[in-house]
Amino acid sequence: MTVKVLVPTPLQKFTNNQATIECGGSNIDELIDALENNCPGIKARICDETGKPRRFLNLYVNSEDIRFLEGTDTALTDGDEVSIVPAVAGG
Amino acid sequence: MTQTPIKVAKGKTFTHLVSKEGGVKYPLKALNVCEETFSPLEVAYDYDEIRRQVSRESIAAGPHSIWRYKAFLPVESENPIDVGTGMTPLVKSNRLARQLGLKNLYIKNDAVNMPTLSFKDRVVSVALTRARELGFSTVSCASTGNLANSTAAIAAHAGMDCCVFIPSDLESGKVLGTLIYNPTLMAVKGNYDQVNRLCSEVGNSYGWGFVNINLRPYYSEGSKTLGYEVAEQLGWELPDHIVAPLASGSLFTKIYKGFNEFVKVGLVEDKDVRFSGAQAEGCSPIAQAFKEGRDFVTPVKPNTIAKSIAIGNPADGCYALDVARKTNGNIESVNDAEIVEGMKLLAETEGIFTETAGGTTIAVLKKLVEAGKINPDEKTVVYITGNGLKTQEAVQGYIGEPFIIEPKLESFERALERSRTLERLDWQQTNV
Repeated sequence: MTVKVLVPTPLQKFTNNQATIECGGSNIDELIDALENNCPGIKARICDETGKPRRFLNLYVNSEDIRFLEGTDTALTDGDEVSIVPAVAGG
Repeated sequence: MTQTPIKVAKGKTFTHLVSKEGGVKYPLKALNVCEETFSPLEVAYDYDEIRRQVSRESIAAGPHSIWRYKAFLPVESENPIDVGTGMTPLVKSNRLARQLGLKNLYIKNDAVNMPTLSFKDRVVSVALTRARELGFSTVSCASTGNLANSTAAIAAHAGMDCCVFIPSDLESGKVLGTLIYNPTLMAVKGNYDQVNRLCSEVGNSYGWGFVNINLRPYYSEGSKTLGYEVAEQLGWELPDHIVAPLASGSLFTKIYKGFNEFVKVGLVEDKDVRFSGAQAEGCSPIAQAFKEGRDFVTPVKPNTIAKSIAIGNPADGCYALDVARKTNGNIESVNDAEIVEGMKLLAETEGIFTETAGGTTIAVLKKLVEAGKINPDEKTVVYITGNGLKTQEAVQGYIGEPFIIEPKLESFERALERSRTLERLDWQQTNV
């Protein structure tokens, strides 16, 4: 099973400057671990010391913020699109 | 990120960008996010240099606009874009104050800020001046309406290309008030948070200066002038309590920063100022976090008439919470009916027609007074940040109607009698 992950500019140094990568995982937690396997170092940037996504980073599954879904337990299915977007914008 | 010392030109008062969490330093480019923690970046200043450059007299002798505080703003141009923004009236309230039972109430009236009648002209004047310095020829923004008006207008004045993004359900006054300046206007089928996300994704690919994304550290500093002006207009003194609307939370934290900077450079005496924030119940993620004692903000999906402050995922929410708590302030929310009443109350008692955000702020002010959370003697400043002519839909049906009469004395007298009867009924209702 693969999902498409949209990677923001500050994290593209871990993805060979690719803005999108394909990755596996049945939920967000697993996806982040799979990303770490493919792009070592990326998890420490996405997550804080408790292992959860940093508060200034928004994660979306098919355009819905995971905080309106099941958080990092949000299930993923084949073909889903996951976006990682820095939250510091607007106002 | 930079490892080498950052060179600062002589006389320049701002030195670098710094991460609000972790303190990593960055050069003064179009950057808004810390690469390590993704937290916001903020402009850092050389306060010794500012202290050398400014005095009460030098400021008072400066332009009648936000640029009298240029030493505190992150621009280097000799001639910043000056469209007369700022120095809006600070009105001593008599009738509203009496109605609420306050003795020392002031209204900072940015409903008449120039050129587009909201506080956004302050932040945009700073952002576009900085955008020009950084070499951008196209500017952009994600807006709930007021920012779109302001970016389009000031870009037109400065001769810059402009593309702005708004939610497609905005009030018609805000759409028209953008289109008149002939920018490219993208009305996105979604709420503001979705617009914001789209712009974050667009941001890096087109080489545009997004005032509230990649230029955000510079842009947001413009709100500090709302603090400076109040201090100067109070006779170089800080108030005891301020009440301001909360959308992203940025304005609130920047007024706080502005007051502190004036203390730091010796322009005013230090004082404990209480900071209270206002949200609309239909979009109150910061007020909810405040009530529940949380230090993090859980996003919500907005549903309120106060569209200009309908940000469900506020970027500075946690910092606004922090300011309210450490200053012994409050964050309160009011429903849409109370917002309309707030707009009417300000108009009827002070002759100021504010938009829904201002109605929210007045309604929260009233609620805080009634709950005993504002001392009647406190020198309280309420910030009115936008103009009611832009959100006419909100009050339509809740205000009176004209008496349509013939051009005859008799017709007038009949209508006058009728209006007096209606007034008596109103008066009776009020007292029941």
